[in-house]
Amino acid sequence: MPLYLQNLVIITTQILAVTICVILTVAFTTYFERKVIGYMQGRIGPNRVGIKGLGQPFADVIKLLIKEVVIPSRSNRYLFVIAPLLSLIPALATWAVIPLTDGFVIADINAGLLYVLALTSVGVYGVLLAGWATNSKYAFLGAMRCAAQIVAYEIAMGFALVGVLMASGSLNLGEIIASQSGGFSQWFIIPLFPLFMVYFISGVAETNRAPFDVAEGESEIVAGFHVEYSGVAFAVFFLAEYANIILIAALTSIFFLAGWSSPFEGWVFLGEGNFLREPSFFWLAVKICFFIFVFFWIRATFPRYRYDQIMRLGWKIFIPVTIVWIAVEGVMVWMKVGPWSI
Amino acid sequence: MFQALLFYAFSGLLLAAALGVIFSRNPVHAIMFLVAAFFQSAVLWLLAEAEFLAIILVLVYVGAVMVLFLFVVMMLDINVEQARSGLSRYAPLGLIITGLMIVELIQVIRFRSEGQVLQGFAVNPENYNNTEALGAVLYTEHVYAFEIASVILLLAIVAAITLTMRKRPGLKVQDIAMQVAVDPKDRVRIIKMESES
Repeated sequence: MPLYLQNLVIITTQILAVTICVILTVAFTTYFERKVIGYMQGRIGPNRVGIKGLGQPFADVIKLLIKEVVIPSRSNRYLFVIAPLLSLIPALATWAVIPLTDGFVIADINAGLLYVLALTSVGVYGVLLAGWATNSKYAFLGAMRCAAQIVAYEIAMGFALVGVLMASGSLNLGEIIASQSGGFSQWFIIPLFPLFMVYFISGVAETNRAPFDVAEGESEIVAGFHVEYSGVAFAVFFLAEYANIILIAALTSIFFLAGWSSPFEGWVFLGEGNFLREPSFFWLAVKICFFIFVFFWIRATFPRYRYDQIMRLGWKIFIPVTIVWIAVEGVMVWMKVGPWSI
Repeated sequence: MFQALLFYAFSGLLLAAALGVIFSRNPVHAIMFLVAAFFQSAVLWLLAEAEFLAIILVLVYVGAVMVLFLFVVMMLDINVEQARSGLSRYAPLGLIITGLMIVELIQVIRFRSEGQVLQGFAVNPENYNNTEALGAVLYTEHVYAFEIASVILLLAIVAAITLTMRKRPGLKVQDIAMQVAVDPKDRVRIIKMESES
């Protein structure tokens, strides 16, 4: 077999494996969310399908698959169908540059951080087009809210990543993790704590999750941009939303918590060869699960923001905070007081 | 060979998308074609190993500028028939400008290549990093041009905001500091009441 065919087969297999894993994780994330919120509200959550209700996500998927996809008669047919795909594709394509363990990443590109920023900014098209193509006022209002919100928070997110870039001196995600090696004390969350907070909260806003979920806003605009979507088309939107949650959790753990490296790297008393000291996928999974949990914790805790306050938080608080902290960090790098060695 | 095939395929798609921008009757469709055109040109840049430019094109133009375009076009109620009415009147001028631009492009290409036709994109050394290479030039050789460009952009932002910001009388604005400093005692009065049953 010629070399390029071999490469093609290997890369396709890797892409399929990662995509299927992400989609399965999405299925169990929905179960996790319903359980977490259930227990926080003194309920049990789903417990009927399968052992402890673990079959519930699959029951939901089958239910959605066999439902009819209704296309509104006055809608823009092509864009109505394309819109869910446009929101799902960027959410899955970003996984190409995410290092899952030491040495495994589908595309080890130099400008990985820029690629992540570019693809997360493209995701807004799905929501905007869905709202417009539906030709309904509720959907349109949801799309407008969502677009303004995402554009606002994207800037804060980008600035927060500038701080990570300055500290690591590289745009490659693998090198960003490598520059935080050496245990918990070397993680960027300590010197860059304000940027970490801004990045994660902006991530919640970017994924349109509570308390920033005015794009859906059941109480005033029914279901926002996906009010007319049913069956598989709705399932694709749902998949994109949860894939984005997992993605933001993974990115936060890579940029600020050193991804797959262990927090106990320098702890000699744990013994030589103890797996707790070794970098592995286990640590990335633990961090991702923690941040997904925080997403649901926030959802169960806080009431929805008022729209003008969302805008104020994005433009007038987060952007100044990031700019100030980038300046502080610049001085730190220049005076060589940081934990990094540039 | 494979690279040439990719180049022609994506150039063809780029031209098709560009034609779509001009000929689609629906402004939202036109914008989506323009987004597609940006993606194709990003791929062409990737083929030339200019990954920084390619990704920045997607990040800035597709991710920010076109979203705002789409935002505005969706809000406006554009009458396509009315916009087309002056077509025959403006066509000659448009054709002249197009002709001039084509002549300029041909001149530039001939001047740059000095009669030679390039066989492919320039091949870069093994550890070439486009982002680093651009940064190294931008912040040393062209640092003044870079700084002046950023000051001009800042000026444009400030000008746009000052031109559009108007204070009309009777405007109701919330003072967030005052809202935060509110004491519950001023707003809620708790009364003890005997039950009436």
